[in-house]
Amino acid sequence: MSLEIKDLHASVDGTEILRGLSLEVPAGEVHAIMGPNGSGKSTLAKVMAGHDDYQVTGGDVLLDGQSLLAMEIDERSRAGLFLAFQYPAEIPGVSNANFLRAALQARLPDGEEIDAVAFYKDMYAKMDSLGIDRKFTGRSVNEGFSGGEKKRNEILQMTMLEPRVAVLDETDSGLDIDALKVVADGVNAMRSPGRTFLVITHYQRLLDYIVPDHVHVLSDGRIIKSGDKSLALELEEKGYDWVTGEDAA
Amino acid sequence: MSDQTETTAAIDIDRSTGDFHYDVEYEHDAGRGLTEATIDYISDVKGEDDWVREFRKRALKTFESKPMPTHWASGDLENIDFDQIRYYLSGGKGAARSWDDVPDEMKETFERLGIPEQERKYLAGVEAQFDSEAAYSNVKDAVAEQGVIFVNSSEGLAEHPEIFRKWFGKVIPTGDNKFSALNSAVFSGGSFIYVPPGVKVKHPLQAYFRINAEQFGQFERTLIIVDEGAEVTYMEGCTAPKFETSTLHSAVVELVAMKGAKIQYITVQNWSANVFNLVTKRGLAHEDAEIRWIDCNIGSRLTMKYPGVIMKGRKARGEVISIALANDGQHQDTGAKMIHAADETSSNVVSKSISVGEGRSTYRGQVHIPKHLKGCKNNTECDALLINARSQTDTYPAITVRGNQHATQHEASVSQVSEEQIFYMQQRGLSEAEAMSLSVNGFVNDLVREFPMEYSVELKRLIDLEMEGSVG
Repeated sequence: MSLEIKDLHASVDGTEILRGLSLEVPAGEVHAIMGPNGSGKSTLAKVMAGHDDYQVTGGDVLLDGQSLLAMEIDERSRAGLFLAFQYPAEIPGVSNANFLRAALQARLPDGEEIDAVAFYKDMYAKMDSLGIDRKFTGRSVNEGFSGGEKKRNEILQMTMLEPRVAVLDETDSGLDIDALKVVADGVNAMRSPGRTFLVITHYQRLLDYIVPDHVHVLSDGRIIKSGDKSLALELEEKGYDWVTGEDAA
Repeated sequence: MSDQTETTAAIDIDRSTGDFHYDVEYEHDAGRGLTEATIDYISDVKGEDDWVREFRKRALKTFESKPMPTHWASGDLENIDFDQIRYYLSGGKGAARSWDDVPDEMKETFERLGIPEQERKYLAGVEAQFDSEAAYSNVKDAVAEQGVIFVNSSEGLAEHPEIFRKWFGKVIPTGDNKFSALNSAVFSGGSFIYVPPGVKVKHPLQAYFRINAEQFGQFERTLIIVDEGAEVTYMEGCTAPKFETSTLHSAVVELVAMKGAKIQYITVQNWSANVFNLVTKRGLAHEDAEIRWIDCNIGSRLTMKYPGVIMKGRKARGEVISIALANDGQHQDTGAKMIHAADETSSNVVSKSISVGEGRSTYRGQVHIPKHLKGCKNNTECDALLINARSQTDTYPAITVRGNQHATQHEASVSQVSEEQIFYMQQRGLSEAEAMSLSVNGFVNDLVREFPMEYSVELKRLIDLEMEGSVG
């Protein structure tokens, strides 16, 4: 068992957004979370990562049986949780290379220094496979990046940090089809028996390229329907009213 | 890069390594408070000529007649108790030429601060001042053979009066401000440097100012004269132990760059949080000369410092690059003065300040270009970074440009380290303090590149330490 979300309740400013969300994602699987706007998809991602704006009022998120919610934001990251942001922050003056290096350094025990030569070698190889220009290492993190560049950068960070659980929050938004393919190839190359993906998306399109093992529909802060990849196609065809209406009935 | 991390720090002066002091038996102690008798005491100990004694006494009168600049600066100045301060403390021995001859407690102080080691590694000369007087002063033979003079100011005054007296008090007159008058009355220590025509000093000369005693005032006086076509880089560092009572540091630094000369003056100020740091620094640039002030203010309770350049000769250039970090309880009131006094002179001011917690940063700039000049240029950029909503920043740029044949440009910005930025970095595994440090280092990154490598590494480390302490 890799990732387990148990009866999760969370609110923002006193308004409950997640209302008893439960989900199990076995190691090695890719699960998609779909849902209409306002259903709580991005809230789930932020709550898992530990954003201050959200108060968890009940339930838990377990990674290999360990509570993520009991950890600080950075501890969760070092425990293996990665969030690919829908809107990645810009960090002026901090180069991509230095940022990645600092993130990797943070994972080493005290007194141990990262091997700079091996680091650059690894980073360049991964950049090449994601079609990212090498000049990119010297640019400030996400500053002045196009939407597509930001998303590729998220995927580069993911491949460098090699998380155990990766949550992709609307990674397809704002991407043209070529960029989408590059991003999907990056994710697919990372799929492995020990790694779990939670792919959050509004549209089915991304799931043509990152094919999920299971699809869950989120509505009003709860999973209301689960199925295999055909569920995504069905949603695309019939619209979210089809499931949310079914829930109401 | 990996080579950076292997470089040893230039001045190993974080607040924890600087926070220690020795109980020293002072041979000379002028006592508390400031009167004519204090001045006589200092002049007697130093065996000064009558003109110096008179110069000091006139300065004392000027100091007493001038009001505190509380109306435009800070009411905190009222908290300096001039009657409780000790104006002169020394061990009674001159500056040693060898570390072996430095009294033990002073030698240990500077060893703990890493000065002798740095000297061996990459400095052309070092002066180490302990309270009122230099404990050690030496310049490498190869540099001395070129005719370069690097001594403390008392020696400069005694042994090179023909150069010293010509420029002393000329760039910064006694009555420039209340604290330049105070310094002129009780100055002691500081560097005197003369670089002969055409000599380019390859490695930096460094001075280290150490306050050891409690309720003490350090008043070093530095005069640097770089003759035609010559070049020098001077670096200064400073620390003091943290006492409950306040300490005063009030220096005057005068630079003279003759035709075609270049002076780069680098300061990394890291005083403890009980030090009032009230310093006047100005340079005079003759034709085609260049003066650059690189000024980092990280410590102190209140710093008031506005390095200036008077561009007196045609095509002279002046530059101030400054970084100020104001943490809880600190006020960094810093800036630059650019006085254009000849055609085709150009000046550049880049200031970055960081305010953390209750810290307060103020930028005060003055650019003056009179009407009768032609082809002058000024560029001023000041950027402020706020970390959390309680901190404060103010900008007071005064740009006086008369006539229409000049180019000036002024940009200012205020930004914040946003919660989203910190969240993003933490999500990648950095602790909150590491994330803050990285943001702050990113903010000053383009300026830090202007520093010699040893100093940029040290500055980054100091910022890391400050940010570590500021996150709960």
